[in-house]
Amino acid sequence: MFTARKSRIALVGAAALAASLVLAGCSNSNPLEEEPAGEGSGEGGDTIVVGSQAYYSNEIVAEIYAQALEAEGFTVEKKFNIGQRDAYIPELESGAVDLFPEYTGNLLEFYDPEATATSPEDVYAALQEALPEELTALDYAEASDQDTYTVTKEFAEANGLTTIADLAKVTTPVTLGGAPELEQRPYGPAGAKEVYGVDLQFSATGETTLESLLAGEIQVADIYTAAPAFQTEEIVALEDPENLILASNVVPIASSDVADEIADVINAVSAELGADDLVALGVQSTEDQMSPDDIATQWLEDAGLI
Amino acid sequence: MNLFTDALAWLFSPERLDGPYALPILLGQHLYYTIVSVLIAAAIAVPAGWIIGHTGRGREIAVAISGAARAIPSFGLMILLVLLLGVLRVPEAAIITFVILAIPSLLAGAYTGLEAIDRRTIDAARAVGMTGWQVFWRVELPLGLPLLVGGIRAALLQVIATVTIAAYVNLGGLGWPIIQGIPLQRFDQVLGGAILVALLALIADLLMALAQHAAVPTGIRVQQTRRVGGRARATASATA
Repeated sequence: MFTARKSRIALVGAAALAASLVLAGCSNSNPLEEEPAGEGSGEGGDTIVVGSQAYYSNEIVAEIYAQALEAEGFTVEKKFNIGQRDAYIPELESGAVDLFPEYTGNLLEFYDPEATATSPEDVYAALQEALPEELTALDYAEASDQDTYTVTKEFAEANGLTTIADLAKVTTPVTLGGAPELEQRPYGPAGAKEVYGVDLQFSATGETTLESLLAGEIQVADIYTAAPAFQTEEIVALEDPENLILASNVVPIASSDVADEIADVINAVSAELGADDLVALGVQSTEDQMSPDDIATQWLEDAGLI
Repeated sequence: MNLFTDALAWLFSPERLDGPYALPILLGQHLYYTIVSVLIAAAIAVPAGWIIGHTGRGREIAVAISGAARAIPSFGLMILLVLLLGVLRVPEAAIITFVILAIPSLLAGAYTGLEAIDRRTIDAARAVGMTGWQVFWRVELPLGLPLLVGGIRAALLQVIATVTIAAYVNLGGLGWPIIQGIPLQRFDQVLGGAILVALLALIADLLMALAQHAAVPTGIRVQQTRRVGGRARATASATA
């Protein structure tokens, strides 16, 4: 039954399998990391490349930065909707993108998963230390897009909830819904237990978190503070007096070599970007269906920056 | 050997047996969605394939539908169905997606199995006085079984691989370590999850290969061995 040909094929197959296993181990620990794409800054000294995440709220802020720079005479190239961090961080670090709107807490989590800072100032300071040399964090804005423990107003009234600690009062099982990674985050169910003594079950609702909350499938939802739902739906974020949740303010991340040139323009924008602004901008995008271009222009005009 | 050994360490860590996302639970969820979807798809596709194979009519439609259905991106379809059916019907949306995925292979396995039978055998069956039903149950079905099992094997493998996306809509399954591991940047977890899915697929393939071999009617197998004097050639793979 075992001919010479079959034995040879089996041997080659086994060797190929062994080789592929060995080679797989030779890769570095982050397979999604790209090699830096050549030298840093782009060709034209004045062209600022502004990038954004594949997230409409982030794209609007990037559009605001881009238009503010253009108004000051810079040549701007827009590279929006790049993707998630594993997609755009390599581009930022290599200099292919010069300016990117980011969020202090989540970016700190990315560079330093062990970080313990949670208040806005601490997080910003820790982020500045954690960033690699090629990147500089400009001033952060009051506007934030951070995690929350949100409930429906009805649920809050029925159970007398104002802070996260009050969830302990609820007699029925309480389920927290959010992105899959929330289950392992320090401000997830484990953190809520440790800091507030609240027992929460977890459901990885991901993109359908808001719908699940409104449908009653989950009782507490991780809705980001910039979500238009805070204006359009009857939901309320529970207060976090112990700073369990990582603050995550909008912060412009710039390539260190262009940071000084653009700092004044962009810091002026950040100074005007207030806590409720992102929600309002989001409503204009999702409810009024305005384009990011128009939303950005209108905001800049209202703020007196262009 | 960094990443690979880390993945193995993650897999064999005792924590994998604790909590709502323990590996046995994930495996159970994965198998549940796979088996339910393949069973429902078989209930739809296999009788249809048999009718097409037995009567010889409707083959073009079957081929066209199979071809079109294979082109549907499962992930996109699942998200679309979740949006349409609502968050309270997520399991139904996922199962519909997997059923649509499994139907082409099962349909092809059913009708090619019957088509591959020598027409003289069917004629002989008619000649000894068998009715249409008797021809089907006693002649066509047993002879068409190996190709049908091949179709089930292909469908099963496709569905096992695709059920990993169920984790994206909160249905658990072996895709969960992958979906959660990427944002957390825990690549040992991602690779561990991928290894588990691959292992499950390999084991299922092995079992189905044995089943396919066993599905050849004994008479055919013996006849083939005697005539050829070597390996039985009856078991063609039905990966249409």
